[in-house]
Amino acid sequence: MSTDLLETRVAENNQLQAVGQPHKHDSARKHVSGKATYIDDMIEPVGTLHVAPGYSTAAACGRITKIDLAAVRAAPGVVAVLEAGDIPGVNDCSPAMGDDPVLVSERIAFHGQLIFLIVAQTRLQARKAAKLAHIDVQAEAALISVADALKADQTVLPDYEFRRGSPEAKLERAAHTVRSSFALGGQEHFYLEGQVAFAFPGEDGDMTVHSSTQHPTEVQHTVAKVLGVDEAEVTVEVRRMGGAFGGKESQANQWAALAALAAHATGRPCKCRLDRDDDMILTGKRHDFLVDLDAGYDGTGKIEAVKINLNSRCGHSADLSLGINDRAMFHADNSYYYTDLTIRSKRLKTNTVSNTAFRGFGGPQGMFAAERMMDAIAIKLGLDPLDVRKVNFYREGENTTPYGQPVEEHELLATLVDQLEASCAYRARRKAVEAFNAENKVLKKGIALTPVKFGISFTLRHLNQAGALVHLYRDGSVHLNHGGTEMGQGLYQKVAQITATEMGVPLSKVKITATNTSKVANTSPTAASSGTDLNGMAAAIACREIVGRLKAFVAERFDVSETDIEFLDDQVFISGEAKFSIKKLAQLAYENRIHLSSSGFYKTPKIIWDRDKVEGRPFFYFSYGASCSEVLIDTLTGEMKVERVDVLHDVGKSLNPALDIGQIEGGFVQGMGWLTSEELWFDDVGRLRTHAPSTYKIPTASDVPEEFNVSLFESEGNPEETIYRSKAVGEPPLMLPISVFCAINDAIASLNKGVLPKLDAPATPEAILNAVQAIKRGEVD
Amino acid sequence: MRKAIRFLRKGKVVELDQFEPTTTLLDYLRLSERSTGTKEGCGEGDCGACTIAIGRLRNGELVYEPVNSCILLLGQIDGCELVSVEDLEGPEGLHPVQQALFELHGSQCGFCTPGFVMSLFTLYHANKPGLSRADVNEWIAGNLCRCTGYRPIVDAALEACCSGLNDAFSARAEQTREALEALHDEQDVLVGEDAGFFYAPANFQSLLDTYAEHPDATLVSGSTDVGLWITKHLRDLPKIIYLGRVIGLGTCYEDEQGIRLGASASYAVAEEFLKTIDPDLDVVMSRIGSKQVRASGTVGGNIANGSPIGDMPPMLIALGAEIELQSNRGRRNLPLEHFFIDYGKQDIAENEVLTSISVPRLKSGEHFRAYKISKRFDQDISAVMAAFCLTVKDGVVEHARMAFGGMAGVPKRAGGAEVAIVGARLDEPDSWVHALSALERDFSPLTDMRASGAYRQKVACSLLEKALLELSDQSAASMRVHGQRAPVFGDAHVN
Ligand SMILES: Cc1cc2nc3c(=O)[nH]c(=O)nc-3n(C[C@H](O)[C@H](O)[C@H](O)COP(=O)(O)OP(=O)(O)OC[C@H]3O[C@@H](n4cnc5c(N)ncnc54)[C@H](O)[C@@H]3O)c2cc1C
Ligand code: FES
Ligand code: FES
Repeated sequence: MSTDLLETRVAENNQLQAVGQPHKHDSARKHVSGKATYIDDMIEPVGTLHVAPGYSTAAACGRITKIDLAAVRAAPGVVAVLEAGDIPGVNDCSPAMGDDPVLVSERIAFHGQLIFLIVAQTRLQARKAAKLAHIDVQAEAALISVADALKADQTVLPDYEFRRGSPEAKLERAAHTVRSSFALGGQEHFYLEGQVAFAFPGEDGDMTVHSSTQHPTEVQHTVAKVLGVDEAEVTVEVRRMGGAFGGKESQANQWAALAALAAHATGRPCKCRLDRDDDMILTGKRHDFLVDLDAGYDGTGKIEAVKINLNSRCGHSADLSLGINDRAMFHADNSYYYTDLTIRSKRLKTNTVSNTAFRGFGGPQGMFAAERMMDAIAIKLGLDPLDVRKVNFYREGENTTPYGQPVEEHELLATLVDQLEASCAYRARRKAVEAFNAENKVLKKGIALTPVKFGISFTLRHLNQAGALVHLYRDGSVHLNHGGTEMGQGLYQKVAQITATEMGVPLSKVKITATNTSKVANTSPTAASSGTDLNGMAAAIACREIVGRLKAFVAERFDVSETDIEFLDDQVFISGEAKFSIKKLAQLAYENRIHLSSSGFYKTPKIIWDRDKVEGRPFFYFSYGASCSEVLIDTLTGEMKVERVDVLHDVGKSLNPALDIGQIEGGFVQGMGWLTSEELWFDDVGRLRTHAPSTYKIPTASDVPEEFNVSLFESEGNPEETIYRSKAVGEPPLMLPISVFCAINDAIASLNKGVLPKLDAPATPEAILNAVQAIKRGEVD
Repeated sequence: MRKAIRFLRKGKVVELDQFEPTTTLLDYLRLSERSTGTKEGCGEGDCGACTIAIGRLRNGELVYEPVNSCILLLGQIDGCELVSVEDLEGPEGLHPVQQALFELHGSQCGFCTPGFVMSLFTLYHANKPGLSRADVNEWIAGNLCRCTGYRPIVDAALEACCSGLNDAFSARAEQTREALEALHDEQDVLVGEDAGFFYAPANFQSLLDTYAEHPDATLVSGSTDVGLWITKHLRDLPKIIYLGRVIGLGTCYEDEQGIRLGASASYAVAEEFLKTIDPDLDVVMSRIGSKQVRASGTVGGNIANGSPIGDMPPMLIALGAEIELQSNRGRRNLPLEHFFIDYGKQDIAENEVLTSISVPRLKSGEHFRAYKISKRFDQDISAVMAAFCLTVKDGVVEHARMAFGGMAGVPKRAGGAEVAIVGARLDEPDSWVHALSALERDFSPLTDMRASGAYRQKVACSLLEKALLELSDQSAASMRVHGQRAPVFGDAHVN
């Protein structure tokens, strides 16, 4: 059935149809009553043991000269202490490169690298025992910051460049140029549920692991690799995560490996749940960047040439840094056409925990650079930054990205921005802000409207595939399983809505089941915003297979044409008339030996990417959005308040507007935290000191603006054939709050017209006050 | 002497006569009761995932207070009702706060949700018609959600918590009250033996005697500091003496001299008294920790812990507060500022207990300003805490007390600036310059994860400037991005 026909059907039958309705999260009722089971809530079999990680707290890197674990072994409750030598298989938990040992024995490359693990009767006993280790490390000079690594020229992966035209020559000839460099901080995921894995040893060396992971297949790989067994002997399951945000894509591997190692060694169920402080010290974060950029432009602000250097801190190993830094480059244009350009990326190696995926996967950092550039040009020319943005938007004839993919929906972006500009009264408020600033000495306001264009698809092509498994039972109920994981985003519910629609049954008849590597194998991570696009389509395909068999059966049995048969509202319709229930059909079909189960497999069409040649179409399509933020700053203290935010966001045809709005609002607030209050601070030794919520400050309710207007863009639907013409929504909203940062920049810029604020991200009170004082002194960026 | 703790749980009295003194309430719930609805997100009082409600009698009234079960000791709930998320849903369905969170899409991953449910449950029972978004924001400042962006949660609170009490708990409030009254005895409670115990005396003299006998015991008041020694520093604390049951130790009252706070009065209780001195005390205190932290944590603990970054000491020092210390050898009083000798060193003897804090009211001509600077507005530890008490006559500063937190190893007065400010005219900013540069010389603050030393120094001066600007400018409300102080009669008459 064509998607368009379905759409019509959905519109006609919105009473019972599941798709497009603001259904609640499938677990909402369980969430509020405390009955939703997370891994640490599972009933523990008798004999369950607990695992704690052991590491040295003294240094960031150096040779290990002593490991004395006698006191650890003798501590109360300790059952086993395992070291690198106890690993039966391969000592690696990296996603690809083989450079992330589970346990080290000779040298540590960052503060927190694991040296041993403890298995004890209780979790508290395991944690206490960990403190008793005597480990000496001959500390070496550590590379901690991006600047350190730049100076030492240490990288984890080769540099990469996008290049078009002759930017250097054009820069020299441009009527105007601006140069800017700034630091952009990383971000801790702070999923509310920390990393956890629970391993159950079975017979014949089998291992079942419940892991809080976005990537069960990779956990399965890792566990098999570390234990030295076949992948078929390992099963990984996850029903739900208490948040993930990219932090449980590759970063869940190690804890699952520890739990499995412990279970393997003791023959008992073993659980590894990290303490929050350990979690924050031991797991990777969003990459922080040092950016420098040059732009040449004309008197209207239209860009003629661009040079952007993106230098990122990758940490001690590669992890997912290749894709992340590529994506930063893919988004350093955001919504703007650069004629002549060079976008360069350096992937720096530091003695810090390996940085990893985080909602946006590098995209936010690249996009941030583009927006800083727009602001810089506007400040230099004394223009409204929104006008400079608009003059540079992709348009007909100027719609090729730096990597060669055309921007097909550039008109949508322009329309969306115009709509937001009008609905939030941008121009009038810009005037009001100027009037306020003229009157107030201590407090200053700023306003900014920034766009988002985000590429959807994994840039690693083979990951753009998904599988699903659907059973129709004889009572008309449907069992649904697919490779996507549920981390709060509502994926399970969206795919259930799709399944209900396809099968013609009410949503309540669709049983959602936990993601499990033995049901759907070789899955991709639930990441890159692709969860619904991929798994929704796979589930639809599985349903269509079953529906196709059933229709053929009905057609033959009742001697009607297949095209006259419809499954709707739990009924079988023949020529528009309800004949009997789906339940009855299922029973009948079973008795006639019709196969009522199917798997479904989907791979994203159209995408092709030659990384070496920098050509192709890495993205199936783009998601768009824009936001306008107004802020108030205190020029004496650097304190800041976001006063109002307006968002307009494009989700194509929404599968579930409530869940989509939830993603947009949540993403916005998370991105706002990244750019304002969330600061990762390392001490001289190279130890992260903001490793707990007491020192690392994610937004609270009072940081959310009193006026927070979020709307979905009235869309004709995704021009690409995605599931019911929807668009992905997981990551793009995270970049909307770049407008908050730009508004702060705007407020500071009002203090000395024409001078660029020296503002680094996050814009903490300290960063803001520094920029205020510098601009008052007339210091140039 | 009672040898077990007793508390009310699901309408029944639970008695426990054996438990590790440092068992947290969260571990009791999750590991002993196996009630896993309550979550652990951080184990240090900062995320609110472990929030539960404690029902207790205050002035004879049944109130429900939100607390962080991860750092509260099990023994501390003696005499209280313990309500966790599992208890809210009844035969008639979800509780109104659960229903509203459910209807309005207040959960995504759901891990924070039980904590929000319980915070909102206590807000529901606070029974405040006419709640604003800002009121709700303050109430849930101790609950972090990384998924939703809070908007739907605040909507749910406004939906559920503004229309009176109509739940099973209010229906049986009278029985609960009676049951709690029946639990209330004036006996000392001891669980354990000499080598390791949880001791919760009711009698003040028993407290002093036992502490003299066991000077190695750990005093616990709200446990918002001590809780972290247990969950984070993994310290063994075999002997716990809990101050919260000691009769009279939490009593606050007002007399001619000013306000007297019992050392074990919670922030929540103390705030009601202190805010009558000046609205800035209210502004700052409503930003100390969270509702949960203020329900448990005490002003006494904030002083006794000797921290250089506690929010109360600078304000209390600027106001000229005195403290009283007692042991079984007697009692003594001293100005609060003298209590802080050096980093990690206070004027308190081995078996002395801090018993009360006396805070004088502002005299005519005295003006108070307090500012808390932190990375995040709510529930953050100060980078700098500044408090000023300036005596102004005819527009001229005659006398000043300025105290700062976060600027030195102890909460400390700015001696140089206090002298230099005398004679400054409010209407002549040029005359402030002396004091501002003296203030720069008064401190050499450290750099850490909360702020650099340079920023601390700059912002301390900025805050003095702000105080002077606010006092010299009638439209003082426009001087702050948030945390507006309520207008005070007298402020407008400074010049
Ligand atoms: C999440 C969180 C947020 C916080 N936010 C802030 C904040 O914003 N500002 C701030 O200033 N603080 C903050 N704190 C710190 C904490 O709340 C305070 O220090 C609190 O006042 C301590 O009081 P308590 O009753 O809980 O002390 P406890 O933990 O019970 O005790 C603290 C110390 O004082 C001793 N002690 C307690 N009472 C007495 C007494 N009467 N006599 C002698 N010794 C005594 C104890 O033995 C212990 O050494 C926060 C804490 C948490 C967990
Ligand atoms: S678990 Fe975070 S506050 Fe208790
Ligand atoms: S719903 Fe995930 S943290 Fe709140």
